[in-house]
Amino acid sequence: MFGRFTRAAATAATILGLAGTAAQAKDIELTMYYPVSVGGPLTKVVDGMVADFQKDNPGIKVNAIYAGNYDDTRVKALAALKGGQPVQLSVLFSIDAYELMEQDAVIPFDDVAQSAEDKEWLKSFYPGLMANGVINGKTWGIPFQRSTIVMYYNKDAFREVGLNPDQPPATWKDMVTAAKKLTKQDGSRWGLAIPSTGYPYWMFGALAKQNGELLMSADGTKTFFNKPNVVEALQFWRDLSAKDKVMSEGTVEWGTLRQSFLEGKAAMIWHSTGNLTAIRKDAKFDFGVAMLPGNREPGSPTGGGNFYLFKKSTPEERAASLKLIKFMTAPERAAQWSIATGYMGVSPESYETDALKAYIKDFPQAAVARDQLKVATAELATYQSGRVRKLLDDAIQATLTGSKTAKAALDDAQEQADRLLKPYR
Amino acid sequence: MSKRVTKQALTGWLLVLPAVTVLAAFTHFPIVRTMVESLYSKGNPVRPSHFIGLDNYANFAADPVFWKVLGNNAIFALGTVPVSMALALVMALWVQSRSGKAVLRLAYFLPTMLPMIAAANIWLFFYTPDIGLLDQLLGTFGLPGRNWLGDPATVMPCLMAMTIWKEAGFFMIFYLAALQGMSPELREAALLEGCGRFTYFRRVLFPLLMPTSLFVLVNAVLNAFKLVDHLFILTKGGPSNASNLLLYYIYEHAFAFYDLPAAAALTVVLLLGLAILAISQFVFLDKRVHYR
Repeated sequence: MFGRFTRAAATAATILGLAGTAAQAKDIELTMYYPVSVGGPLTKVVDGMVADFQKDNPGIKVNAIYAGNYDDTRVKALAALKGGQPVQLSVLFSIDAYELMEQDAVIPFDDVAQSAEDKEWLKSFYPGLMANGVINGKTWGIPFQRSTIVMYYNKDAFREVGLNPDQPPATWKDMVTAAKKLTKQDGSRWGLAIPSTGYPYWMFGALAKQNGELLMSADGTKTFFNKPNVVEALQFWRDLSAKDKVMSEGTVEWGTLRQSFLEGKAAMIWHSTGNLTAIRKDAKFDFGVAMLPGNREPGSPTGGGNFYLFKKSTPEERAASLKLIKFMTAPERAAQWSIATGYMGVSPESYETDALKAYIKDFPQAAVARDQLKVATAELATYQSGRVRKLLDDAIQATLTGSKTAKAALDDAQEQADRLLKPYR
Repeated sequence: MSKRVTKQALTGWLLVLPAVTVLAAFTHFPIVRTMVESLYSKGNPVRPSHFIGLDNYANFAADPVFWKVLGNNAIFALGTVPVSMALALVMALWVQSRSGKAVLRLAYFLPTMLPMIAAANIWLFFYTPDIGLLDQLLGTFGLPGRNWLGDPATVMPCLMAMTIWKEAGFFMIFYLAALQGMSPELREAALLEGCGRFTYFRRVLFPLLMPTSLFVLVNAVLNAFKLVDHLFILTKGGPSNASNLLLYYIYEHAFAFYDLPAAAALTVVLLLGLAILAISQFVFLDKRVHYR
C-alpha cells in the first residue's frame, strides 16, 4: 500500500514537473539565497543589482532571498534543497565549499563555464580570493562579497595621546605600545579590541599568519592548531587583556563592536572591510584604516561569501545562473558593490574602473583591503568544517576567558580535530 | 449485543481517527524515526550511513561539552522557573484589583508579546560592555562596567534575567485567570473570620491556586528546555559553551555539523528527560495539589 502511494505521488510530481518545465520554456526562474553579515542596508544593493540584471535579461526571473548571516543562509539553502524547493545558485560562506561538496549539493564552475571566454573569466579574479574556492584543481566558488580583516583606528584619539595619526602601528609591539597609550585607566576607552564571538577562528587566522603559521593544510585534511607559534599567537591575544590591559577581559562581541568604535569606546578595532562604508557614514571623528600589523610577517585571511552553483538544476538554469554570476561580478558591478559596502572589488579590473578609481582617490582607505591581498591567506576551511571551526572557537574563547591556558586549549582542539579528519587523509 | 458494541467501538474509532492520524503523522512517527536514525552513523557520498547501535549515545556520554550543556540546562531551569513563577503570581495579585489595571496588565504582558529574537536584540544592547544600558547605569553611580556576555561567570545569569523578564508576564495570565474565577465569598468569609490578608493568601488563595501552579510549573520547566532563540542573538552558546543549552547543541549538530544521527540521539535524550520530568510532576505533585 505504501508502494502504491509513493508511485501515485511520483506520478503526480512528474505531471507537475512537466507543467513546470513547460512554463520554463518561456521563463527561466532562478532562486538564490544570500547572506549579509555586516552592518548597513546591503540587501537593497543586492536587490538593485538583481533588478538591473532582469531588465537586461528578459526571460530570466531571479528570486534573490536574503537569509540572515552565513550560517543561516547555508542552513536555509540546504533545507530548501532537501525539501524539494528549487535553488540553483547561492552566495554562501567561502569556507563552506568542503561541506557542500561532501553533501553533493554543488557542481564545479568548470562543468558549466566551458567556452574559451568563460575560462578566461574564471582567471580574472584575484588569486588570493580564489584560494578557498579552488579545491583539487576545480573551481567551486566565485568570489562576490569578499573581505579581509583590517584595522580601523580613531585618528582623533591618536592625536589626543600624541601618536602620529598617519602612522598606524605596523607590528605587534608597536600596536601594544600605542594601545597602552590609548587605553584610559577609568575604563572609558580601550586601546584595542579584537572581536572573539561570531568568527573568532577568523581573527585568529590573522594572528597565526602574522606569527608565521597557517591553521590548516591546503587540502583541508590537517590542522596545525598546537604548533608552538600558533600557541604563541593565542597567548599574545590573551595577554592583550590579561597582561597588557589594553583590551577588555572576556570575549569581545562581534556584532556590537562597530558601535563601540563609533562611540569612541575602543580606539583601534580589527573588523571586516565589509564595515567600511557603514563606519564612514556614521563616524563623527576622523578615522583611519590600516593593514593589520605583523609579528614575524604581516597577514590576514580573506573572508566572506562566494557564489556556488547547485547540482539540482537543468542545463538551461545552470547557463542562466552563470550569466547572473558573471553579471554580478563584472568589474563595473564589483566596483559599485565595493563602493556601497567596503567589500573588495573581486578582480584587478574592477579597480581599473573609473568609478572605483575616483572613489579611492577621494577615500584612500578603500584601497587598504586590496593592498593587503598581497599578504592574504585562505580562511580556515577543512572537511567537517563546522565541527573543526567550533573546536577552535571554543579553544580561543576558553583561553580568552581564562578558563584554560592557550597550550592546553589548543592541544585539546588539535587532538579532536585529528580524530575528525583522519578518515579524510 | 456484541454487534452493538462493535458498532459503538467503530464509531468511537472513527471519531478519534482524525486526531490520531495527525498525531501519528506529526508526533509519533517523527519520534520513532528520530530514535531509529540515532542508531546510525553520519553518512556522506563516500561512506554511506550504517548501523552503529548506541555509539552516538556513547560518544555523548564521553563528551565533556554534552555534560556541560546538560548542567547549563539544569542551572537555567532552576534559575528561571521558581523566580518567574513567583513573579507571575505577585504580578497577578497586583493587577487583579487595581485601577488602571488594563494598562498595567498590558505592561506586564508586553515582553511576552515581543518575539524572542526582537527581545534578545534589545537585551544585547543592554548587556553590551561600555556602551550598553547596564554599564551606563553603573557608570552614573561611578561603578566600573562589566563584560556581561563575554564572561563565563555572568553569562548565564544574564540569560536567565532576560528569560524571567520574558516569561513572567506569560505565566501571570494563567494566575490572573485563576484569580478571576475565584468566588468572592471565600474572601468575605475569611475576612469576617478576622484573618489578615497574608493569612488569607497563605491558607486560602495559595492552596486554591495549586492546580494552576502545577500547570504553570510544567509549562515553565518545558519552556526552560525549549527556549533557544535568544542564544542565536546573544551568545551562540559562548564563551566556550558557557551558555550552551541542549536545544542549541542539537541545532549545532544538525545544521552546523550536518550530523543528523548525532542530533537525533541528543533529541532522544531531551525527549526522555522531558517525559520523565512531566510524568513525575503529574504523578507526584498531582496528589498534593487539590484542596480538600
